[in-house]
Amino acid sequence: MLSINSIKKGIVLDHIKPSLGMEIYRILKLDKADYTVALIMNAQSRKLGRKDMIKIENTIDLDLAVLGYLDPNITVNIIEDEKIIEKVELSLPKEVMGVIECKNPRCITSIEREIVHKFVLVDEKEKKYKCCYCDHMYSED
Amino acid sequence: MLKGRHLIDPEDFTLDELEEIFSLADEIIENPKAFNKICDGYLLGSLFFEPSTRTRLSFESAMLRLGGTVVGFSEPNSSSVAKGESLPDTIRTVACYADIIAMRHPKEGAPNFASPFCEIPLINGGDGGHQHPTQTLTDLLTIRVAKKRFDNLVVGVCGDLKFGRTVHSLIKAMSRYEGVKFIMISPNELKVPNYIRNEILDAKNIEYMEVERLEEVIDKLDILYMTRVQRERFFNEADYIRLKDSYILDKEKMSHAKDDMIVLHPLPRVTEIKMEVDDDPRAWYFRQAKYGMFVRMALIAKLLGVR
Repeated sequence: MLSINSIKKGIVLDHIKPSLGMEIYRILKLDKADYTVALIMNAQSRKLGRKDMIKIENTIDLDLAVLGYLDPNITVNIIEDEKIIEKVELSLPKEVMGVIECKNPRCITSIEREIVHKFVLVDEKEKKYKCCYCDHMYSED
Repeated sequence: MLKGRHLIDPEDFTLDELEEIFSLADEIIENPKAFNKICDGYLLGSLFFEPSTRTRLSFESAMLRLGGTVVGFSEPNSSSVAKGESLPDTIRTVACYADIIAMRHPKEGAPNFASPFCEIPLINGGDGGHQHPTQTLTDLLTIRVAKKRFDNLVVGVCGDLKFGRTVHSLIKAMSRYEGVKFIMISPNELKVPNYIRNEILDAKNIEYMEVERLEEVIDKLDILYMTRVQRERFFNEADYIRLKDSYILDKEKMSHAKDDMIVLHPLPRVTEIKMEVDDDPRAWYFRQAKYGMFVRMALIAKLLGVR
């Protein structure tokens, strides 16, 4: 079995749904990181059967709010001296930027080159977001 | 304080700020000549990324009647947009020349995107099927003049409620006043979008009903807001042809309406109001167009801070 050492200080994102790990890696811009990052895919999990994991060494200053949108069941462990010192509770972020795209063909985002897609949370219970430009509700299909 | 502000959404201004604009509009209606020099030396950038002769002429007449001048374009092919310039770049450039901008854009949310890049007041002159706040100011001023109040009115909106941005803006604006009820009359295919129903009507606990036939409800209305079924908002011609004549106001329907009901329409009308209704004293739509110019005069004066 592949072994990846525990980290001394940093963040461990655990219980990521299989195949979502790569997307999170991209969204958190970890491909551009100058610190050690390990993306583990399809690891065995008692809870999920299979899971993805991301271990990030040394850096704690990451905006993790978007994880709440992608999957609120991800476990976020903050590590100091090889010990978990905090488990971050994820919740739906008030704003989601540059992650999902507005599907309204009449939205300004459909034609402007460098526009960042921005959504605001309008219904926490139903996980409903609307485009902050054209007000259209986001739907996954 | 309205000086220097943008107007993107009908709800950008408080009710007190709207009242400020309407009070100035009242003064202008009373004596337009007294205001014909107040914008001397000021320039309006009139940026029409899609053609709209009526709205453009209303803005430009408003500025000229205040003693100001106008530059701009009336369709994007005659602007740098045709060369692939981004919206923020166009806005920033025009803001170097003009003192205030009126912008119409075919894409929804364009003014929300553009406004952070605009150092001078930006007025949304309509963005796709989304918002049209100066039409709302026009509608509100007309209602204020005709009914002398905004509260406790039954507002009927009829026709294309799905793509008709004037209706969306009007519902947003009128929902801010006490005791207003809405009756929404449209074919099933052209009902108001969910966000209007969920975020405005349901969220504010406002009484409303949705019906398919105007005849069923015309006797209950204080205001009847008719809209055109717009060809350009349809993805296919067959749907347009099938639905365009669904709701037509004529003398017979008017005979069931209250004596003091008023009929409004953002214009241009096509077939949805028969010409036989024009002579009815309850037909306010041409007066409404004139109030549109007056309210734009008041708005420009307030945003420039000259009054």
